[in-house]
Amino acid sequence: MDKALIPDGLKRCPLPVFSLWLLVLLGIIGWGVYAGVVVLLDALNVTGLNDYFGFGFYITIDLAIIALGAGAFFSGFLYYGLSRYFPALKELHKIINLAVIVGFVCYTGALAVLLLEIGQPLRGWFGYWHANVHSMLTEVIFCISCYAIVLVIEYVPIILENRKLDAIKPLHVFGHTLHELMAIFALTGTFLSFFHQGSLGGVAGVLFARPFAYRTGFFVWPWTFFLFILSAIASGPAFTALICRAIEKVTRKKLVDDSVYELIAKIVGRLLLVYIVLKIADTLYWALVLAPEFGLKLTDFYRAPYGMWLLVTEILICGVIPAIVLNVPGARKSSTILFLAFFMDCAGIVINRFVMTIQALATPVMPFDRWEVYVPTMYEWAPGIAMLAYCALVISLSYRYLPVFPREKELNP
Amino acid sequence: MSDKAHAQSGVRYGMAIDLDKCTGCMACSVACQAENNISFRPDESNKLRSITWMEVYLLDNKKDYPDYQFTYLPRPCMHCDAPHHSPCTFVCPVNATTRDEHNGIVTHIYPRCIGCRYCIVACPYHARDFNWWDPKWPKSMEAMLSPEVSPRMRGVVEKCTFCHHRMLKARSKAYNEGSDPDQITYVPACAEACPTGAIKFGNLHDPQSEVAKLAKDPRAFRILAKLHTEPKVFYLSKYQWVHKLSDNGLGEAAH
Repeated sequence: MDKALIPDGLKRCPLPVFSLWLLVLLGIIGWGVYAGVVVLLDALNVTGLNDYFGFGFYITIDLAIIALGAGAFFSGFLYYGLSRYFPALKELHKIINLAVIVGFVCYTGALAVLLLEIGQPLRGWFGYWHANVHSMLTEVIFCISCYAIVLVIEYVPIILENRKLDAIKPLHVFGHTLHELMAIFALTGTFLSFFHQGSLGGVAGVLFARPFAYRTGFFVWPWTFFLFILSAIASGPAFTALICRAIEKVTRKKLVDDSVYELIAKIVGRLLLVYIVLKIADTLYWALVLAPEFGLKLTDFYRAPYGMWLLVTEILICGVIPAIVLNVPGARKSSTILFLAFFMDCAGIVINRFVMTIQALATPVMPFDRWEVYVPTMYEWAPGIAMLAYCALVISLSYRYLPVFPREKELNP
Repeated sequence: MSDKAHAQSGVRYGMAIDLDKCTGCMACSVACQAENNISFRPDESNKLRSITWMEVYLLDNKKDYPDYQFTYLPRPCMHCDAPHHSPCTFVCPVNATTRDEHNGIVTHIYPRCIGCRYCIVACPYHARDFNWWDPKWPKSMEAMLSPEVSPRMRGVVEKCTFCHHRMLKARSKAYNEGSDPDQITYVPACAEACPTGAIKFGNLHDPQSEVAKLAKDPRAFRILAKLHTEPKVFYLSKYQWVHKLSDNGLGEAAH
């Protein structure tokens, strides 16, 4: 039925099967939209947030998904910006479309969840109108919304490659022209992304009265600013690779050459190694110098359920181990180990965002404060899960109707 | 963050609370609630969501009888005087909360607040509350609302203002009478209501003011002085364990 829309010469699953999949996703999205509407109408009192945990699940999932969506800008930067100097990076051409789509869904999804997070969503535009130049959140608001626009511009030419749309001449010309300009948008996106990934780290790092989150830094930027950038570029491409492998598994097709995964593993491995060394240095400085200055010990920051296991899991298990694995050529050869390392890398970054958001608030600051535990409600889970379903929906539609993978035809004769 | 301080005027309002005089009667908290039109709900058992500008903590020395001692600690907003900005003010993305450098009072512009709660996260004293529900009062209480303080809408943050509407009234009066508005004194509702006179309020920059003298008292300390938030609320206690409990066991004097 929809054969005319499917890219020429490529096989896709039967429409009823695909429709069933879409129905499942739409059901989940409907559940999330319902929860979101309740939050907007009945206010944030339906969530697990309170005056102790001003930030919670919404911010955590936003920070995590934005970090994992960094594959779009960083792959674009490597491909459009650096591949002329390092020809090996041209290999990324085979996965760049998927990276853009993953970035697009991550950022647009995050923006939708962000709308629920603020108590006065109708005043969301005040961030532009009454902007406080000293606030890291202002930088985040500006850069994320600007970058989301850049991602739309990057996604449009991919959509216009659809067989039917491409047959319309003005659209073909428009899409082709956008393609020609893509390097400019990719580099604009890179500029914006470096700033907002960093600013998201700065959101926590500048809190000088919150010893768990506060870090010293360079000029106006705390060290978390740079660590968030590094961790995002060390995990974003890995997340893109994981999505690609998931599509391969579901469709039982080979979509990119193994050399692409190998290249991503090399890039991510080196970046993760640099990140984890700096993260350990940062943690040591925080534990041995900064915290004692505030009269605290490292152990004061950890208590069940936010125990020391979080620190060990984030840095050692999901940081040091994948960093080593991805830098050992022999280990990279095994597909299972490679993707497990990618997964651990991404999990470590998600834990980091959780820790810097929720644990940072759980830790008492006043000596007579009590530890509190934050439990998100269905009204937080549902929009978050729906956002993931939305990501799957757009990726599914894009894969079915757009030539996302340039090598798909050759690899699946 | 830059350490460069803003220029300060000759007025810096501050508070001194003598814990040795505080009986924990909560009159300050109730007076604050009434003066500032603070809304409440039929069930206020969830203290993490109840709006209380003047929170009263019960502290004890963690010892058994007969060594057991306790004290009450009323906690308004500290109106932090950190050189660059207060912890909460510089993080606000929409300039909804600012410190008036003319008098040091940290204010919050409710119609501008987007409810992102970044300021709540930034404040180590939990002095800020979010409006999780629409503000409502029993019908019979509506006539008692103060016309001088605007009620806050759902979805915005609110906090202690050192009753700055009283300050504005006093300044207007001084202006109309031809005297210097910067020389005015006024009393916030909590200090006025305190039956033991434990709460003193005034200009910290005026060496003759009672609050300035109390701030230099050997019994004086500030909460979390180690964080360099420079709170303008000083506490007084003759008990060392209270001092130590103010700043993560270090108990360093506030000045």
